Amino acid sequence: MAETKNFTKVVHAMFDDDHRLLDAAKDLVGKGIRIKDVYSPFPIHGLDPVIGIKRTRLAVVSFMFGFFGISLALLGMWYFMISDWPMNIGGKPSFSLIENLPAFIPVTFEFTVLCAAHGMAITYLIRNGTLPGMPAVNPDPRTTDDKFVMEITNLENPNLSSDELSEMLKAVGAIEINEKEIA
Amino acid sequence: MNFVFSNRAKLFSIILMVIGAIAIVAGFFADGSEHHGRWWSNLLINGFYFLGISLGALFFYALHFATETAWAVMLRRVMEGVFSFIPYAAVVLVIVFIGASFHWNHIYHWMDQSVLSEFVSEATVDSDHPEYYDSMAEAEEAGVTALKNEDYDEIIANKSAYLNIPFFWVRSILYLGVFILFARWFRRRSLKEDEEGGTRLHTLGYKRGALYLVLFAVFSSTLAWDWLMSIDTHWFSTLFGWYVFSGMWVSAMNVIIILTLYLVSKGYLKDINSSHVHDMGKWVFALSFLWSYLWFSQFLLIWYSNIPEEVTYFITRIEEYKVPFFGMFIINFALPMLILMSRDAKRNPGFLITIGTIIFIGHYLDTYMLVVPGVLFESWEFGWMEIGFFLGFTGLFINRVLSALTKASLVPKQSPYLEESLHHSI
Repeated sequence: MAETKNFTKVVHAMFDDDHRLLDAAKDLVGKGIRIKDVYSPFPIHGLDPVIGIKRTRLAVVSFMFGFFGISLALLGMWYFMISDWPMNIGGKPSFSLIENLPAFIPVTFEFTVLCAAHGMAITYLIRNGTLPGMPAVNPDPRTTDDKFVMEITNLENPNLSSDELSEMLKAVGAIEINEKEIA
Repeated sequence: MNFVFSNRAKLFSIILMVIGAIAIVAGFFADGSEHHGRWWSNLLINGFYFLGISLGALFFYALHFATETAWAVMLRRVMEGVFSFIPYAAVVLVIVFIGASFHWNHIYHWMDQSVLSEFVSEATVDSDHPEYYDSMAEAEEAGVTALKNEDYDEIIANKSAYLNIPFFWVRSILYLGVFILFARWFRRRSLKEDEEGGTRLHTLGYKRGALYLVLFAVFSSTLAWDWLMSIDTHWFSTLFGWYVFSGMWVSAMNVIIILTLYLVSKGYLKDINSSHVHDMGKWVFALSFLWSYLWFSQFLLIWYSNIPEEVTYFITRIEEYKVPFFGMFIINFALPMLILMSRDAKRNPGFLITIGTIIFIGHYLDTYMLVVPGVLFESWEFGWMEIGFFLGFTGLFINRVLSALTKASLVPKQSPYLEESLHHSI
């Protein structure tokens, strides 16, 4: 089939129950089918390891943003309060960052949290493609309400015919099967 | 399956107890400090530290009933084992308080009559037991020539409505009585549930758990004032109760996790999965932050405002105790923060036990810093006596807790939430 080589064939199987979808995913993966993704209005417990989604590295990102925050806060306060214009507040004019450190901790803490939280949230939105104004990528608007869609493509399953797949999906309880070709 | 207290563990705990007994006896004769201050403060430190661990466990036990937490049901018997130590620690504290009330030790400065009375009889002023009078008139009535008492301390005398020996005993007995009563009651309920099952006993646990939380909310603060803050009699901090309580709680979670991992490694509690371990790791991680946060909140405000009557507390600690004071803060804050931050570390028994052992010592040092600077001031020493006492009490704790664990099944078989706890997954 030379003409399908440049096309990605995508099958969207819709389910109306998250437990049925989870069982179906286990069943299909057991038969050697690889599921690309699942669209769901809420996180489905225990699904990630079944369809082989790797653990998120968001925690690493959060640590890096937090580290950036703590460094910038300390550097900034050292420059403002110690180096550029030394301050004598409450009779503590030691002109040393380390000796005045307790006074700087609350700001440092807040700034670390601010950077880690905002950085993590923005990274999350960018990676998901869900920043405000970005085009929606979910295949069916009903997945934002009460339906669940499983996405299977022929890229990951080269030896699978679409008739075979449809049979399998119906057997595991899909209520609707849509096939699309994407260039 | 019931836990069997292996001979090796028994021998280990007995060796520690023997070391402790030698340190206690030898320490009493070797201690050259005034009124055996070092020896008595060691007794108070260890008694309070292990009472704190047991109380933290009892608190978490009540909390998980009151909040209907299901995942922790698998750990219930471990917590029961830990809080079974309350009576033993209570005895140690009562011995310290008896010693203080009879002036065998001088841990509680406000118990000394010489700071409370304004006048002293001239005839007895240089003797070992002078006669004190609250007013000139009182002395005249007794037919005694009285002098101004030079040791009189107005600040302490003004606190004597709260800090006096009879009321101190009423409160101490009340706290310890309530703790022992609730611990026994929770344990009896738990054993009865194993036979009876159903939701009646479970609901009862819920109600008593909530009641205990209310009592403990008050007592955890006031016991910290009475037993620890009153050592530095002039000084006060409104945050002190929470700070001491957070230390108790984190030490308790830490001990529960070490004990659970020990039982798992010996082939018990097979249904403890990595999610249970992960959740316990999160508690140790989060509570280390709570403790550090409260420690720092107390420190920052006093350091910043720099008011003489408050700041003396930290001046003693920073000038005379620099290494243990900042050392224990770094151990209890930085180590759990850096090492337990990642998810994998919180699921790794090796990491948890290593960190757990370190902060077990770290929070002992925290209790040491709560007691000793107020008793011995600059003439402190940390040596074989402290280590011996600590090892001895650790041995006693291990021995009592493990033998309490042998007395019932390690899984609360009939708890309505058991099934949910078995399938705990995060």
